[in-house]
Amino acid sequence: MSASAPLPTTASAASTPRKAVALISGGLDSMLAAKVMLEQGIHVEGINFYTGFCVEGHTHAIRREHQLKPKRNNALWVAEQLGIKLHIVDVIEEYKDVVINPKHGYGSNLNPCLDCKGFMVKKAREWMESHGFDFIITGEVIGQRPMSQRKDTMPVVARESGAFDRLLRPLCAKLLPETLPEREGWVDRAMLLDFNGRNRKPQMALAAQYGFVDYAQPAGGCCFLTNEQYSHKLADLWAARGTKQYEIDDIMLLKVGRHLRPRPHFKLIVGRDEGENNFLNGYRKRYAHLNATSHTGPLVLLDGQANDDDLLLAARLTARFGHGRDAERVEVAVTDLSGTTRTLTVAPLPANEIPAEWYL
Amino acid sequence: MVSVSKHALDARGLLCPLPVIRTQERVAQLAPGDILEVTATDPGVLADIPAWCRVHGHQVLETRRNGNLIVIALQVTA
Repeated sequence: MSASAPLPTTASAASTPRKAVALISGGLDSMLAAKVMLEQGIHVEGINFYTGFCVEGHTHAIRREHQLKPKRNNALWVAEQLGIKLHIVDVIEEYKDVVINPKHGYGSNLNPCLDCKGFMVKKAREWMESHGFDFIITGEVIGQRPMSQRKDTMPVVARESGAFDRLLRPLCAKLLPETLPEREGWVDRAMLLDFNGRNRKPQMALAAQYGFVDYAQPAGGCCFLTNEQYSHKLADLWAARGTKQYEIDDIMLLKVGRHLRPRPHFKLIVGRDEGENNFLNGYRKRYAHLNATSHTGPLVLLDGQANDDDLLLAARLTARFGHGRDAERVEVAVTDLSGTTRTLTVAPLPANEIPAEWYL
Repeated sequence: MVSVSKHALDARGLLCPLPVIRTQERVAQLAPGDILEVTATDPGVLADIPAWCRVHGHQVLETRRNGNLIVIALQVTA
């Protein structure tokens, strides 16, 4: 007998549709899982958690090259396609503990996927309980992800989230023990699926069957923590500060610009185009910053402590990444945290004098 | 006569989806018929707040841009 959570049964009359809260990432699998439930007459509402590490179209859209692409929040788009409500929940603060102290460790980068899944299902369970819903659904597929979606991790997520058998994975339910919604007859197990492994063809076939086109298929998943370069920058941030902490602005800035650490005690964030310069400009009162005044070029934020020699180096790097890179001299305005600006006239640092290890 | 209560939300400097989340949190405190005027700087709100309103049945009354500022007025439905 499987464990059953001591949760109240909320729908009283047989005619009242049972209610499921669906974790909606904006990708295809969670969209299909929700649709499978809607097809069975279940009332479904979506929930989407914002951790700060989400790969949002709008973060990409900061870069000018992406600005002509249509912007949309994929989770909202999925909800619209399904005709369901979507609740977007800010979990930035609570999520820090997942990233900083993952009980199950990290994946190949700083991705705490199993802890993350358990955390999100736990938050969905809390939402379910406070909103009088009956069960939780996810788009998980056994074998789809090497860390968090394996047959042996499915019960871990159900147990650690406290959802137990009120957690139903419609896309692979036939390969798992019966859940409460199946046993109680709220959903028909025979109509659930047995998807397994990394092959995406079954999902694509089901999407075609439902008439879904234009769904998001992010190549690197939906989280920056699975990205090697991003994780490297986060690890550098922790190492430089001597503590494994972060604030939302820290992790937003890791998504933007070219990051260089020329010295252990400071790093530079260099805007790569107008969109990034505009974004970084919003932080200019919180960071010392540099920009060329004799030529066009990037806005550069300086994170850390810098002495005069460091500022000279930072100015030469600022000149290097602007249109004055081939000039003999470039004037660079250096503004400290008090807002005082002085101008340094420098020779741009030649590319061959920038060691590869400075780039984060 | 039913009076319409008007409210304002400052979401300037926030990147999506945070303006949507703040809008959602504020709307949860309002009554049907109330109007919320959201001021934001992320152009993403031009797509996301109307999309959020559509999935929840709220009505976008007006969208206007003033330089980098975007103002979206929405009316809460039941």
